[in-house]
Amino acid sequence: MAITLSASDLPSTPRAPLLSTPQVWGIVLVAPYVLVFLAFVVYPIGYGFYLARQPASYVALYHDPIFARAAFNTLIFLVIGINLKMLVALFLSGFFVQSRSWIKWLSVIFILPWAVPSIPTILSVRFMLNPEWGMVNQIIFKLTGDDGPNWLNDPAVALAMAIGVHIWKSLPFWTLILMTGRLAISQDLFEAADVDGASWWQKFRFITWPSMKALYLTCTLLSMIWTLGDFNSVYLLTGGGPADLTHVLSTLGIRYLRLDQLNLAMASIVCAMPLVLPLVYFMMKRLSR
Amino acid sequence: MKLPTLRETATEARLVLIGIPVLLWTMIPIYHMFLFAISPKEDAFSGKMWPEHPTLHNFEIVFRQQHYFLRDFWVQFANSTLIAASVGALTLAIATAAAFAISRLRVPGGRVVLNLALFTYFIPAAFLAVPMYRTMGNYGLLNTNWSLILAMVTIASPYAIWVLKQASDKLPVELDEAAIMDGATSLQIFRLVYVPLMMPSLVAIGTYAVLLAWNEYLYAFLLLSNDRDITLPVALGNFLSADDSPWELLMTTGFIYALPPAAIYYAFRRYMVGGLTAGAVKS
Repeated sequence: MAITLSASDLPSTPRAPLLSTPQVWGIVLVAPYVLVFLAFVVYPIGYGFYLARQPASYVALYHDPIFARAAFNTLIFLVIGINLKMLVALFLSGFFVQSRSWIKWLSVIFILPWAVPSIPTILSVRFMLNPEWGMVNQIIFKLTGDDGPNWLNDPAVALAMAIGVHIWKSLPFWTLILMTGRLAISQDLFEAADVDGASWWQKFRFITWPSMKALYLTCTLLSMIWTLGDFNSVYLLTGGGPADLTHVLSTLGIRYLRLDQLNLAMASIVCAMPLVLPLVYFMMKRLSR
Repeated sequence: MKLPTLRETATEARLVLIGIPVLLWTMIPIYHMFLFAISPKEDAFSGKMWPEHPTLHNFEIVFRQQHYFLRDFWVQFANSTLIAASVGALTLAIATAAAFAISRLRVPGGRVVLNLALFTYFIPAAFLAVPMYRTMGNYGLLNTNWSLILAMVTIASPYAIWVLKQASDKLPVELDEAAIMDGATSLQIFRLVYVPLMMPSLVAIGTYAVLLAWNEYLYAFLLLSNDRDITLPVALGNFLSADDSPWELLMTTGFIYALPPAAIYYAFRRYMVGGLTAGAVKS
């Protein structure tokens, strides 16, 4: 107390600096990211909302059948595609934790789709599905003597194929994550269950699932958020066709941009926000503890 | 030698029955690409499982740029390399500095910065692409390497900061305290204590950023358009613009393009699995 008083009585004494030296350094070191954030996140988002401000854009979207179709396709992609993928990943994570040397080798190969870039492999699938020259229809022809279907010309089949490509690409990643969850479960529990004569299903139901539930849910939501931004699977396989019937919201925004309808592009993204923001909010709650 | 019991054999058989479809599912698109790369045009289009005359001629055409679609192959390869390396270096620099400031120096507002970064991480990249395209236009950066580098740094750094912050929190505080007792400044702690201890995470994050940039298609295709500015994936996409695309050359180029990231991934797999999955999903 006395010191404080004398310090304020004598203005000539140097005051303690507002920030300590490490804090000054902290600000200097965090500044580059803050600048990147302001210039390439805050500004574009603000500008995007500014572009999407006119109600007329939303009326136009409402009257565009391609938009409704894209929103519907996006929901199918998320609800069916992601849940299917996560179920398979959950199943395969149980397969890959088995301790066999050949399974270890298989897991090294299994990660390939995740390790290689998606563009060449998606184009490879695209040619495999080519109705005349593709390998799939040539095999069908050799086996049955009939021409195979024109895979990418039927919107439902084409969308299913795009979902398949998406699953092919990201299944290894989620299997790997769920494997770490399975490996974290204590082996003692399974041994005790074996002693009690528990079946395979009971072990899963009462040991594996309760300890993996939270991780599984987090993974599913995270995968949904990322899949909303999956542009490549649809764009490079079907290009949104046939007749713009297989667009999803991420490719639709780019389609409007290419057609120089920037307002519609931004408005379609703003329309996706009711889907994105709750997911983001939930993930932020989970991860920033 | 003990013969396996019936029960054990049944378990093995079941595992093999899962393993074979998994192997086929994983390998078919990649094998198909490889098959095209080593097939002459007529073999590629005949639907054979193995070409009658396997050849490396396609690779020669690509390397010598002897096709209309491939006339700038090496320039595009160099663009991809330069951009991936710059994104890796810049992301590492920005994210490591930020993680150090937030976790070790406890900079005021660090928590807010971290949450904002996490928020950015969750914005689907394709949604940010449209406003980003206009932003780069406003900044006058369109069609320059910088536009793609800065866009990819923006996308890569949130996750990088988050993973590095998690890893830094695990380093004992006593290390910093001991260094301060010895009279070390913040920068000396960063250089001599922090960076050496964080090496495994830094390798993982650097690899993550390099691969992200090398593999990126959407932003590259929006932000770059001149044939001599674009990266390899955009060049691959451009093959589709013609009806009679030379698919065997497209697949060959794609195969060459896929090799470096696969090699990097497998070389750093130890770090990638440890460093990334640990932070990827915290349950």
